[in-house]
Amino acid sequence: MGDLIVLAISCIFVNNILLAQFLGNCPFLGTSKKMETAVGMAMAVVFVLVMAGVITWIIYYFLLLPFDLVYLRTIAFILVIASLVQFVEMFLKKSIPALYAGLGIFLPLITTNCAVMGACVINIDKEYTFIEALVTSFTYAVGFGLALILFAGVRERILLARVPKPLQDTSIALVTAGILSLTFFAFRGMV
Amino acid sequence: MAKSLTQEFVKGLWQEIPPFRLVLGLCPALGVTTSMKNGIGMGLATTFVLLCSNVLVSLLRKVIPAKVRIACYIIIIATFVIVVELLMQAFAYALFQALGVFIPLIVVNCIVLGRAEAFASKNNMVFSAADGLGIGLGFTLALGALGGLREIIGKGTLTVWGDPIFNIASAFPGFQPFQFAVQAPGAFIFLGLMLCGMNLVGSK
Repeated sequence: MGDLIVLAISCIFVNNILLAQFLGNCPFLGTSKKMETAVGMAMAVVFVLVMAGVITWIIYYFLLLPFDLVYLRTIAFILVIASLVQFVEMFLKKSIPALYAGLGIFLPLITTNCAVMGACVINIDKEYTFIEALVTSFTYAVGFGLALILFAGVRERILLARVPKPLQDTSIALVTAGILSLTFFAFRGMV
Repeated sequence: MAKSLTQEFVKGLWQEIPPFRLVLGLCPALGVTTSMKNGIGMGLATTFVLLCSNVLVSLLRKVIPAKVRIACYIIIIATFVIVVELLMQAFAYALFQALGVFIPLIVVNCIVLGRAEAFASKNNMVFSAADGLGIGLGFTLALGALGGLREIIGKGTLTVWGDPIFNIASAFPGFQPFQFAVQAPGAFIFLGLMLCGMNLVGSK
């Protein structure tokens, strides 16, 4: 149990998927202009990443390994993620319309979110057990959401600041993300 | 489209150079650029996938039904990513290990899918090949430059292939590497500053 807590803390803070591993940076910059969209994206990622992490782990260990098809990992994972996203979208639309309206446009975007694919590949590369894979998938997603929401808060304030012309927009966003990354970097000594 | 072949090729090198002009493909640009060698290696792997997938997508553009086109593009791209993965494991294992998770992640690199959707699905094979090669080399150039900058400041060396070709410490004995540049926060800040520099040059 203690090991799992250490793993969880390291995935949320020390190895934060956005700020330390650099996965999922396109939606990080794309959806962080407004707080609402950031919260929507964060929730959609938590939802899909946990399911994708579990399903890809099962597929890898019960389908690809026994039949010696490990070299097909990349194509298998992306197909699983794409169809999972499609399935989740249809399921939510039918049975939980309120949640569907909330996540809305962010669900299809997740297919090309490399945080999802990346976390699944890391689970396999590090040879995690099923429980560890479940915990890492969930905590990576929580770390993603935390960083995204914090960053959206900062970015809303930047709108009020007078930024020099060449630094405007993406440029200042990247520098800000660097400073945010520095604060997460300070957790490095913990684990 | 009356543009010439060279125009399609050259636009990727400056006008639409990723990840600066097209803000796509940021993850590998931030993740692997701790040295020039890694940046160039990642860029070339992406170029190969871009070129091949662009050619195949444009050849099949009349066969693929519009409704399932994204799924088809992803399968085409994933196939070439696996090719690169296996080739690199066989011939450049050290580089493959240094790039790690970012090689399989070319499959979700928005640049590749973006070019397939925005360009290759509407143009013929030769133009698509020129576009893929141009954008790919532009990406290699950008990653190489960012990697080189971070490596010089952060480690005091410059590595293009194999061993370092250049070491600041031997020229200036008092030089202390600025570790920050090769660590995670440095990646964001240096990319942001490079973008700022490009905006400055471009606005004149």
